[in-house]
Amino acid sequence: MSASSSELTIDSLRAILVEVAGQDESFDATTDIAAMTFDELGYDSLALMELSATIEKRFGVAIDEEELTNLSTPEALVLFVNGMLAEAS
Amino acid sequence: MKRAVVTGIGVVAPNGLTTDDFWAATLEGRSGIRAVDFGDTRYSARFGGQIVDFDDRRHIPSRLLPQTDRMTRLALYAAESAFRDAELDPEAVAGYDSGVTLSNAAGGFALSHRELKKLWSEGPKAVSAYLSFAWFYACNSGQLSIRHGLRGPSAALVAEQAGGLDAIGYSRRSVRRGTTMMLTGGVESALDPWGWVSHISSGRVARPDAPERAYLPFSSEAAGYVPGEGGAVMVLEDKDEADAREAPRRYGEIAGYAATFDPAPGTGRPAGLRRAAELALADAGLTPDQIDVVFADGAGSLDLDRAEAAAITGVFGPRAVPVSVPKSLVGRLYAGGAPLDVATALLSIRDNVIPSAPAAVDLPQDYDIDLVVGTPRRVPVDRALVLARGRGGFNSAVVVTAAA
Repeated sequence: MSASSSELTIDSLRAILVEVAGQDESFDATTDIAAMTFDELGYDSLALMELSATIEKRFGVAIDEEELTNLSTPEALVLFVNGMLAEAS
Repeated sequence: MKRAVVTGIGVVAPNGLTTDDFWAATLEGRSGIRAVDFGDTRYSARFGGQIVDFDDRRHIPSRLLPQTDRMTRLALYAAESAFRDAELDPEAVAGYDSGVTLSNAAGGFALSHRELKKLWSEGPKAVSAYLSFAWFYACNSGQLSIRHGLRGPSAALVAEQAGGLDAIGYSRRSVRRGTTMMLTGGVESALDPWGWVSHISSGRVARPDAPERAYLPFSSEAAGYVPGEGGAVMVLEDKDEADAREAPRRYGEIAGYAATFDPAPGTGRPAGLRRAAELALADAGLTPDQIDVVFADGAGSLDLDRAEAAAITGVFGPRAVPVSVPKSLVGRLYAGGAPLDVATALLSIRDNVIPSAPAAVDLPQDYDIDLVVGTPRRVPVDRALVLARGRGGFNSAVVVTAAA
């Protein structure tokens, strides 16, 4: 399965999160989640592992576990992934 | 010594998604045993006690769906029902004074099977991180503990079909030691193809042509059992606390509990079911003549049925006590089976009625048991003995009595 070269956005990240780890009451479709921490959004370390595996599969970008602990918000993660994609192309 | 009373019941069964539906179906003889559709007709056994119409998305929060096998979803649902029935707000009891001890026998088969399929077909990176715990027997206890903040003594007990009684006995012990509220019971589900062949491998699963002939405990035509899914979760409280908060329902007390283990085959020593029954009665401070009904293990195989009949007559005398096997309508629910029997016993006590086995049961006379068959028996019921055997030698017994 070849990696897509299109960018990751906050919205597509939100969709992936809900797909692999569900969604609790801390946010809904209208919430601006960009600067909320994953913890505030109700996602624990396993949820982030699921997220990371899916991003690797769909975007071809691997995020190592240590790096993942530093990416505490959606916007940080989106910046990181798009940065890696830019480097690769 | 503190006493433990059941103040809430949450049933999830093949013949009823709620306690009330299950009880009505049980008294009317409505079975939940049906042909299980795997999309493949090659399995040697076809009938199971399957729960249909359970709407996962409606009952389970979205965050919990990816990380729960069906067994856990059913347990979460049943526990919520139990809390509602007890009119107990989980948030009000959250903390170190509340715990959860359930039994589970097989773990999360459907989820595990799905993830293994991904492993072989897509590679290790495709496997869900949630598999790490979602397969595990303790998951039902664990997810309930997390969801409801039950930080007190908690455990998961595994003893095949007998474990459900062990969980209840263990929970009573926790209450005696100072935990004011325990969620207890058991819920099982392993009816996906991998779970199914695991059940069949026991060699004790029936292979009849029709669902109504599939599971006939204590019948001369008994030829095995039917695996099923579901069970019961109950709220068990310190009686003083239940009285103090004026719990709206006090179904009954867990008055006695005992467990024994069979000797190794070939030793010539007797199986342990009779001793478990006697010890549970002694624990309850009761004599056999004080028991109004026995809810039998009902293995559904000729040798095991005969052995159980002998154990019952050994304790009570021939035809001395009514024997009921409501699980003939739902199958053997493994860790969920015996808790469902305890729930049924409590409902029998509440309504003074003993459920009957289907009329199709042809009881061998030399079993010498008074099996309730055909129609429910309306008699006063104040004290019940529940028996359970687990494959591999487990025997457990619980005595429930009407709340004083």
